[in-house]
Amino acid sequence: MSGISRRKFLAASMAGSAAATLSLTSGAFGAALLEGYPDGMGVLVDMTRCIGCRSCEAACNKEQQLPAPEMAFDDPAAFDYSYHAGQKRRTTEAAYTVVNRYEIQGEEQPVYRKIQCNHCNEPACLTSCFVNAYTKTKEGAVMFNDKVCVGCRTCMVACPFNIPAYSYSSAFNPVVKKCVFCHETRLKNGLPPACVEICPQEALTFGNRRDLIKIAHQRINDNPGRYVDHLYGEKELGGTSWMYLSSVPFEQLAFDTTLGREPIISNVKGFLGAVPMVLAIWPALFTGFHLLATKNKHGEGHQADHPIQEDDKQ
Amino acid sequence: MKAIISRGFKPIDSPSPENSARRWTLKEKLLLGMTPRQYFGQAVCNPFNWVLGLIFLIGIPLLIYRFAFGLGSVTHSSYDYPWGLLLGFGLFVMVPLSASGFLLGTAVNIFGRHDLHHIERLALLNGLLGYFFAVVFLIADLGQPWRLPYPMFVAFGTGAVLFLVAWHVSTYLSVQIAEVSEGFFEWMGWPQAVKFVKRITVGLTVSAIILSTLHQGALGALFTYAPGKLHPLWYAAEFQWIHFFCSSIAAGLCMVIVVSTIIKKTMAWRCDAGFLDNLDAQTLTLAKGACMALITYFAIKMLAVAHDNEWAYLATGWGLWFLFELAFGILVPLVIMSYGIRHKRAGIARLGAVATVLGIALNRLNCALIAFNWRLYQEVPHWAEVMLCVTIFAFYIVVYRAILYRLPILYSWKAKEAHAPEAVRERIPFGVSVRPSHHQVFRTRD
Repeated sequence: MSGISRRKFLAASMAGSAAATLSLTSGAFGAALLEGYPDGMGVLVDMTRCIGCRSCEAACNKEQQLPAPEMAFDDPAAFDYSYHAGQKRRTTEAAYTVVNRYEIQGEEQPVYRKIQCNHCNEPACLTSCFVNAYTKTKEGAVMFNDKVCVGCRTCMVACPFNIPAYSYSSAFNPVVKKCVFCHETRLKNGLPPACVEICPQEALTFGNRRDLIKIAHQRINDNPGRYVDHLYGEKELGGTSWMYLSSVPFEQLAFDTTLGREPIISNVKGFLGAVPMVLAIWPALFTGFHLLATKNKHGEGHQADHPIQEDDKQ
Repeated sequence: MKAIISRGFKPIDSPSPENSARRWTLKEKLLLGMTPRQYFGQAVCNPFNWVLGLIFLIGIPLLIYRFAFGLGSVTHSSYDYPWGLLLGFGLFVMVPLSASGFLLGTAVNIFGRHDLHHIERLALLNGLLGYFFAVVFLIADLGQPWRLPYPMFVAFGTGAVLFLVAWHVSTYLSVQIAEVSEGFFEWMGWPQAVKFVKRITVGLTVSAIILSTLHQGALGALFTYAPGKLHPLWYAAEFQWIHFFCSSIAAGLCMVIVVSTIIKKTMAWRCDAGFLDNLDAQTLTLAKGACMALITYFAIKMLAVAHDNEWAYLATGWGLWFLFELAFGILVPLVIMSYGIRHKRAGIARLGAVATVLGIALNRLNCALIAFNWRLYQEVPHWAEVMLCVTIFAFYIVVYRAILYRLPILYSWKAKEAHAPEAVRERIPFGVSVRPSHHQVFRTRD
C-alpha cells in the first residue's frame, strides 16, 4: 500500500511541479510596484486656458503622420459630432488626441477638454499586456512595440481612460495605436511634444512632472476662484504624466473620478498572489485526497489501473 | 442513421469483425463499417446536416472574408468594446462549459468515484473540444493570430493575467489530449499506449485541477483590470476569480448533462448498455455536484455585494438585471435540480441543467458585453460576428459528433486483449509491456 501511494504521489507531484515551473513566473514577478521615474516629464493641461482651436490635433496628425481627418481641424462642427447617442469624440487609430467641448450650466464659456494618453506612472495597459509590448520610458512616455502585438486588445479593456485604439481596418498588420508622447521624434531629445509646442494659449505646459505639480498648486493657490482645488492625475490611479486643471468639477467634463488612487494592477494582485499558492498547494492537497478517498478500496475495479502494485510490496 | 440501425446494421465497436480473424481497416473504422455509399447516403438523409450545410454555406465564405479583409470587415471595430461576441461567447462562455473534463477526471481518478466512469470519457472529450474551439474562436478574434505563440516564445509579459491564461490553456490542452487519447489508442489498437496513459492518469488529473483552477479563475481576473467599466454588481476585485471558478464547476457538470441528454435522444445507437442504463443515475449524481457548486456560487455572489456594500445598486435597472441573472441563472436551476434529485427524476434534473448552462452563459455575456461599459452605451454585435460565432459553433458540433460516432466514448471497445486476466500480475519493468497479445495486435494492425 505504501509503495503504490508513493508512486502515485510522486507521479502527481511531478506533474504538478512541471505545471508550477511553467507558470510560477506569472505570479512571482507580477506584483512589482512601479513608482514612476523621478525625472519623468509630463504635461500640465490647464483647461481654463483652452479655447478649442484644435491646433494640437492638427500638430499631432502631422507629427505622427496620421491620415487626413474626416472633418478639417478648423471645422467647429467636430464639437457637435457624437456617436452612439451622446458619446463625444474619442481617440482613434487616426487621431491620437482629441479636443471635446462641454457646455456647462452656469458658465458663460464652454470648457474644452483635450484627451490623449495620460502616460500613467503605472500603466494598466503595460501591466495587462501578455507580450510586454508596452514600456514606460525614463522620460515618462508609455511606448508601444507593434512588432510583438498579437491583437488581444486587453490593453484597451484595461485602460481606465479608454485611450488605446486599434487599426481594425488592417487585415494583416493590425496593431494598437495611441499617443506616444512624441517620444521617438521629440521627447527623448528633451523637446516638448508637437501638441504642446503648437498651443497658442499656453494651455499645455511641458516640464518635469514634479515641477508641474508645484506649478499647478501654485496656480490654484494664486487664483482660488478660477480653479477647483484638484489636480487631476496627480494622485489618480498611481499618478499620470499628463495632469489637468479645471474651473469646473471634473465629473462635469466626463473625467472618471471614481477610480481612486491605487493603480489598476492593485485590483489584480489578489489573484496574482493566489497563483503560486495554488501551484504549490494543490498537488499535495489533491494527491492527498486521492489517497484518502481510495484507501482500502483497491478491490473495487481499481486494480486494473495499477497492475504493478505487487512490485513494491516486498 | 437510425434507419440503417433499424435494418440491423451494427456500427464498429471492436477490433475485428465477428467470427473473423481479420481486423478492421482504418477506412472501415472511419466509415463505422459502412460502405462509402451507405455512409454518405445516411449523412445526406439527415436534416440536421442540411442546417449545418446552410450555416457553412454562409459562414465559411464569411470566415475567409474576415481573414482577407480584417476584423473591421465583420465587426463594428469598436474601440470601447474591444472584446465582442467572438470572445464574449467563444472564450468566456465556452471555457466554463468545458470545465467538465477536469471535474469528472477528479471525481473518478482522485476521489475514486468509479461509478461515474461511464460518463467520464464524454466529460473529458467535452472539455477537450470546448477548449480547442475556444482557441479557434480566439484565433478568429485576434488581430494577428499567427502571433499567438509569441507569449510562449518571443515576448513575455509575465505579470499579465492573460499570460497565465495563454500558458495554462495551452498546457491544459495538451493534458486533455493525453487524457482523451486513451480512447483513441484503444480504437487504433495500440494497447501499450493505452497502458501508458492509464499509468500517468493521476498525474494528469492533478495537473488538470491546478491548471483549471487557475485559468478558469484567470478569465474572471481579466475583468479586474476594468473596475471603471464593468458594473460594480458584476465586479469584485477580490472575488472575481473565485466567482468564475466556482460557477465553472456548475457549468461544466451541467454541460455534460445537457450533452448526454442530446446524445440519448439522437445518438442512442452509438451508446452501449452501460452508458444508457447508468445515465439517469449519473445525471442525478452530476446534478448533485452542480447544486453544491450553485449554492456556493450564490453565497459568494451575495458576499461580494455585501463586501463592497453595493446593496443600493440592486434598486436600479442594472440591479434588476443582476437579480434576474441570480434568479434564473442560479436559484431557479437550483430549485429544479434539487427537486429532480429529491424525487429521483433525471428528466427534471436535466431541465435544471439546461437552465444552469444558460444562466452561467448569461453571466459571462454580462461581464464581457452587457454590463461592460455600463456608463457608456450598449454594443449590439455586428450580424457577421454573430454568424461567425454560429459557424464556429457548428464546426464544434460537427467535430464533436464525428468523434462520438467513432471513438469509444459512449461505448466500450470490445477488444479481446483488453480482457487479459487481471489475476496475471506479471512483473513488468516500468513503461515496458511484454504481453504476447500485444505483439499480436501490433503485427496485425494496419
